Amino acid sequence: MSTLVDVDEALTRYQPVMGLEVHVELNTVSKMFCGCATTFGAEPNTQVCPVCLGLPGALPVVNGKAVESAIRIGLALNCQIAAWCRFARKNYFYPDMPKNFQTSQYDEPIAYDGWTEVTLSDEGQDGETYRIEIERAHMEEDTGKSLHVGGATGRIHGADHSLVDFNRAGIPLIEIVTKTIEVPGEKAASVARAYVAHLRDLIGGLGVSDVRMDQGSLRCDVNLSLKPLGSHELGTRSETKNVNSFRSVERAVRYEISRHAGILDAGKKVVQETRHFHESDGTTSPGREKSDAEDYRYFPEPDLAPVAPPRDWVEELRGTLPEQPSARRKRLQQEWEFSDLDMRDTVGAGALELVAATIDAGASPQVARKWWLGELARRANEQGVDLDALAISPEQVAGIQALIDAGRINDKLARDVFEGVLAGEGTPEEVVSARGLEVVSDEGALGEAVDRAIEANPDVAQKIRDGKVQAAGALIGAVMKDMRGQADAARVRELILEKLA
Amino acid sequence: MTDVLRSTAAELADRLAAGEISSVEVTQAHLDRIGATDDAIHAFLHVDADGALATAREADTRRAAGDEVHPLAGVPVAVKDVITTKGLPTTAGSRILEGWVPPYDATVTKRLKAAGLPILGKTNMDEFAMGSSTEHSGYGPTRNPWDTARIPGGSGGGSAAAVAAFQAPLAVGTDTGGSIRQPAAMTGSVGVKPTYGGVSRYGLIALASSLDQAGPVTRSVLDAALLHEVIAGHDPCDSTSIEGPVPAVVDAARRADVQGLRIGVVRELGGEGFQADVSARFTEALALLEGAGAEVVEVSCPSFEHALAAYYLILPSEASSNLARFDAMRYGIRVRPDGVDDPSAEQVMAATRDAGFGDEVKRRIILGTYALSSGYYDAYYGSAQKVRTLIARDFETAFQQVDVLVSPTSPTTAFPLGDKLDDPLAMYLQDVATIPANLAGVPGLSLPSGLASDGLPTGIQFLAPAMADERLYNVGAALERLLHEQWGGPILDRAPELEVAR
Repeated sequence: MSTLVDVDEALTRYQPVMGLEVHVELNTVSKMFCGCATTFGAEPNTQVCPVCLGLPGALPVVNGKAVESAIRIGLALNCQIAAWCRFARKNYFYPDMPKNFQTSQYDEPIAYDGWTEVTLSDEGQDGETYRIEIERAHMEEDTGKSLHVGGATGRIHGADHSLVDFNRAGIPLIEIVTKTIEVPGEKAASVARAYVAHLRDLIGGLGVSDVRMDQGSLRCDVNLSLKPLGSHELGTRSETKNVNSFRSVERAVRYEISRHAGILDAGKKVVQETRHFHESDGTTSPGREKSDAEDYRYFPEPDLAPVAPPRDWVEELRGTLPEQPSARRKRLQQEWEFSDLDMRDTVGAGALELVAATIDAGASPQVARKWWLGELARRANEQGVDLDALAISPEQVAGIQALIDAGRINDKLARDVFEGVLAGEGTPEEVVSARGLEVVSDEGALGEAVDRAIEANPDVAQKIRDGKVQAAGALIGAVMKDMRGQADAARVRELILEKLA
Repeated sequence: MTDVLRSTAAELADRLAAGEISSVEVTQAHLDRIGATDDAIHAFLHVDADGALATAREADTRRAAGDEVHPLAGVPVAVKDVITTKGLPTTAGSRILEGWVPPYDATVTKRLKAAGLPILGKTNMDEFAMGSSTEHSGYGPTRNPWDTARIPGGSGGGSAAAVAAFQAPLAVGTDTGGSIRQPAAMTGSVGVKPTYGGVSRYGLIALASSLDQAGPVTRSVLDAALLHEVIAGHDPCDSTSIEGPVPAVVDAARRADVQGLRIGVVRELGGEGFQADVSARFTEALALLEGAGAEVVEVSCPSFEHALAAYYLILPSEASSNLARFDAMRYGIRVRPDGVDDPSAEQVMAATRDAGFGDEVKRRIILGTYALSSGYYDAYYGSAQKVRTLIARDFETAFQQVDVLVSPTSPTTAFPLGDKLDDPLAMYLQDVATIPANLAGVPGLSLPSGLASDGLPTGIQFLAPAMADERLYNVGAALERLLHEQWGGPILDRAPELEVAR
């Protein structure tokens, strides 16, 4: 195995060329070709029928809503919408694919030749914008999900047996394929990440998908090759699958740059293959080699009529598109009175939609931003996940703030409430009562605690009596300690000053 | 043989409506006939006596109660084993599906049940409908009631033989390249391939999706029309199903008037390669039609010469993909490979497909996989699709000149079992005249045209424009009446009596 080359060093010699394939699971009520439900997380094999199980004789029927969603995604990506297109069969054998062919689209995608603009929001990359060319966006169906039992890692290697859940089989997918992306090497990883995050915002804004990377409704394959700087000839690419968070997109790009550079430096050839990304250590490992498995024997799906969206319908759908993310960002920044820096940090942290939803749920913009970019960003970082993968909803964040505003908890207690909600202990209310976190507002109990503090600190008390009001801090600290933090500090201060007046 | 067995479905319907007989009697008579003759014929892979009698009793009860019922309610039917029947084994003639009981009904099955036709059982066929003799069934061949040493045609030999052996008055078949019409010609029965999309394919185990079509197999043209109306019509579960009304085929069969009808003899579907008696009976039938006022002209469809070649690229291509689902993972047999301790899923798939598929199926899967391979696709599948377009244009041009086209159904009469098993190309040539209709999606009807000097039936085929199925029934019923007048009755009256087991 060749050694890895430091990314920065690699970029002094090589230009990375990327292609990104993003799969978006649509949130239609029913599957792509049958009437089965699409609820995430249902009991295995409870959302199946003869069609999505591929039983002999069963036939597909196209979900019109999925076609509509595909067209809206295509339009949002500035694509041409095909006047006439067909489905095609992609033939290959795999146990979780019921028909042993995937009904997809081949040379006649519903949307093609588009573009979209991605703005970098990392620190020091002040709003740089890149135009990403879109090759195509096409419709297809998802496969079932294999569960490998008995192995140490949950992977097929070493497993005793495998189980297949066909609930996912037939869920509508839109595959969005970019043309080759060539940006200054040091920007490649950030651009890749920003592009996927941008698609999340764009498609989420259309309301056609949950776009959750952690639940697999937004998935990214990273194709990457290197060529010597200044060369016009493309190198051999690897296709990295299972890249399931924004952070991972960035890491996968960087890892593959290092790996390819190591191979090329050693004078060897990069193998064209599928690779798997590992969240645990940010590396990739080889999947199947593509040489013989590559021939999918595509041909037009004879069981389905061509899709020919009427032009006036396409124009009507164009009229339903929400504002473009960049315009929306500008508008929100104004409404929220965020500085450029505030806004860039919010977008960069992948928190825009979360903050917006938290504000919608009643929190003030500054407060919403504070929680998501502070406490919650820290916890997401600790867990190594994206913000939207945290087990807390914007409504719950707003709920916790409401408890603070009502004086029932304070900021410090709020952090415990966050911890409880994230640990799955229930709603903020439930966590507060289960953990006994409510601020003590019982004047009697507070008064007694203040008396105890005065008694225990006669020197300090005397100073306050003598007019050194700033000495009250020490007594407040003693009371808070006595009350295990569950006291309203402002009220404690008032009581101390009253008693020592 | 009792007159209940000899009766057409139309006659049975009349007698049921008049209360002269009960459906239970009719159904039991056919079940008894199956019991007595099927050891010799082997038309059925599965007989459902209990289910058929239950449906019969229900039809009788409803009629007795004065409910409005479908005219064919209580008239039994046999169903080709390629069509799914909930709770009844369905194998498509393949060992790979041995023991599979579908959890759902095909739309055709649903419509038969809704109309109250007792389903006698599932009929034998070439494995996955690949063949022209029913010898490729994974469960042994069906034999021709006219001569049990001979084949009944295929792939729907079971349905045709069941009807010709008076085991069932009605049967449903499927026709991908002639699998309804050629067996009809071989057995002296009537078979119709409706317009593509006229009958739902939902629940029809696909051979070649763009060619497959279910249709009636009967002993009279009117019976075919009656059954056609039961099973046809738009189905939202089949995206290739035609919206719009079913052609008025029963009215057309009753009209049977060819006065002024323009009939085109397809030059390319006759002559060389056709048995002399087949051609002779064909010419005589045309003379009868002319005598009844039809105008017979010759038309040319030059692209038909390439139909067989195109068909044997398109069919295997689609079949190779359609049959990929038989992988031992969810249904059918599962075979563990020999000498492998810990087989992978892929190894089990391979072993199962090796053991479960017969040679003809494997041959076509290999052909189709090759034809679709990258680098070959344009030359094979792509070219075949172009030929298909040309054939459709030939039909269009021809139908500007004439109302219907006509040809012999099959080049020969029924051949002895084993005769063509080692010569796939000779077997494929059986369908040379029936294939163009499937490629273009137009409807076709075959009916008996007479007997050859070997004493075996010959067939004549009519073809009509898409969605003009009624033209077939009109001309077919007219010729049938003229022939019956000449013969003094249906041709099956002249079939030798089968030896009846006791």
